[in-house]
Amino acid sequence: MNSATNSGRALPRAGSALPRAGRALPWALVTPALGWTLLFFVLPFVAMGFSSLTAHDGGGFTLANYSQFFTNQAYWQAMVNSLQVTAIVTVISVLLAYPFAWILAEQVPERWQRLALMLAVLPFWTSYVVRSYSWLLVLAQNGVINRALTGSGLFSEPLQLANTRLATVIGFVHFFVMLLTLTIFANLKQLSPSYRKAAADLGAGPVRTFLHVVLPLTLPGIMVGAFLTFVLCIGDYITPQILGGNNELLMPQLVMMQIGRRGDFPLASALSIILMAVVTIAYLACARWLKIERA
Amino acid sequence: MRALVRIVSWFYAVAIYGFIFLPVVVLVLFSLQATSFPIPPFTGPSLRWYDAVLADTRLTSALVNSLLVAALSSAAAVTLGFLSAWGFARFALPGSALLRGLITLPLTVSYLIIGMGLLVLFNWAGIPKSLLAAGIGHVVINLPLCFAIIYSQMGDHQINIERAARDLGAPEWKVLLLITVPVMAPAIFAGFFLSMTFSWDEFVISFLLTRFDTTLPVEIWNLLRSGLNPKTNAVGSLVFAVSIVLVVFFELMLLRRKPA
Repeated sequence: MNSATNSGRALPRAGSALPRAGRALPWALVTPALGWTLLFFVLPFVAMGFSSLTAHDGGGFTLANYSQFFTNQAYWQAMVNSLQVTAIVTVISVLLAYPFAWILAEQVPERWQRLALMLAVLPFWTSYVVRSYSWLLVLAQNGVINRALTGSGLFSEPLQLANTRLATVIGFVHFFVMLLTLTIFANLKQLSPSYRKAAADLGAGPVRTFLHVVLPLTLPGIMVGAFLTFVLCIGDYITPQILGGNNELLMPQLVMMQIGRRGDFPLASALSIILMAVVTIAYLACARWLKIERA
Repeated sequence: MRALVRIVSWFYAVAIYGFIFLPVVVLVLFSLQATSFPIPPFTGPSLRWYDAVLADTRLTSALVNSLLVAALSSAAAVTLGFLSAWGFARFALPGSALLRGLITLPLTVSYLIIGMGLLVLFNWAGIPKSLLAAGIGHVVINLPLCFAIIYSQMGDHQINIERAARDLGAPEWKVLLLITVPVMAPAIFAGFFLSMTFSWDEFVISFLLTRFDTTLPVEIWNLLRSGLNPKTNAVGSLVFAVSIVLVVFFELMLLRRKPA
């Protein structure tokens, strides 16, 4: 009965209301979901772990797949590229999204806010593949931007925009500005107006109120959004593959390359596990700030 | 000062809206291109590329596959999610917090890695690549979402209604079907439609786990090999339209729930 008291809301009362339920029913309810997760999420991880410790051409236990990552300059470089791109994308996206979310929450009249927000995140719902392709149309050698630049006489030669790191970053920022606008907007709306009133009553101007009250109070939400950006960005294959091309590989491209060209599952498994380890380390580093939100 | 903030805000908002909509507008505009390249100058409007998409049986069958996988995997995810949420919210189970954590764990792992894991497992077990395999992957990514949404909406209010039904002699299955499901309907719909949109858009898991019969995002990916092509614009615009219909439907569900 000890578990009944410490396992969350409303449980003790609910339990006492179920004299006929017995022990079988609750387990029958939760077992399918737990079984699914164990069979198709946990077990694949175990399989991937085993696979990463075998050699591509058969044979026994080896750490070669992992040591390859640390010794092969190209593999190492892919991780460095991934971390750089992800960091750039996260910072730019937060800096662009915060003022935008603030404008939507503070400057747009209340009755239009829902519509304004819905419009702002509409392209969020197009698929990854289509969204990246759309940016290719904009950034291509003879695409919209280059036509506009050369047509207006500003440049005589089209700029190399597609197949660069810049294109990857633009594609990512486009997506994450929308995502972060959603999360930061929700954060700003949750702030009770009385905080701002109190600051104003104590003589703070709008700028000081923002810097000393609004910004610190929304910081935990920003951290959650930034972490989400980091996780989704570092694991995405489509955006760098379509927009960045093969000039500069990111980790997901490197993983997919092992499967596609060479069918090297063990190496792909090892690289996936390394990628996941990096995300886990990032989570642990951010955990302090991520937890604040729950309080 | 106020006026200045207003003006700067307007400019900034317009610039961001422009940035957000630029690729979408270009995509849809050049899907109406009359000539064979989706680049300026605009030569349309023409619907010839939409005709080409609808005449392409690979694309249309991929579209049907996508809808099928999305509907079935979402139904499975929401069913598993609902039953487990009900179990955890209503009964005291040993290790409840840990088990709930396990169910929501896939939310923190990227789709690429989930897909890779399933690929390695299925490859090992000798299970061939198929739409079913991709559907299994989609349940893995959407189950935690459905569980989290429905679990968070199960409050004391519902417990009291259920208790009243039991006091009046309803057996457990009747309480579930006649009380809990209708009361939880908004959360169940929310879980289902969010899962639908995620499954409909999902690429990398389907790419890894299907072979000949595949879903629409993967088929669009195959089209990309031919470079810039108004046909890709047309099918992309169609995918966008379906997503918008799903989202608007979802919004209307939420709005309708509000007055209640």
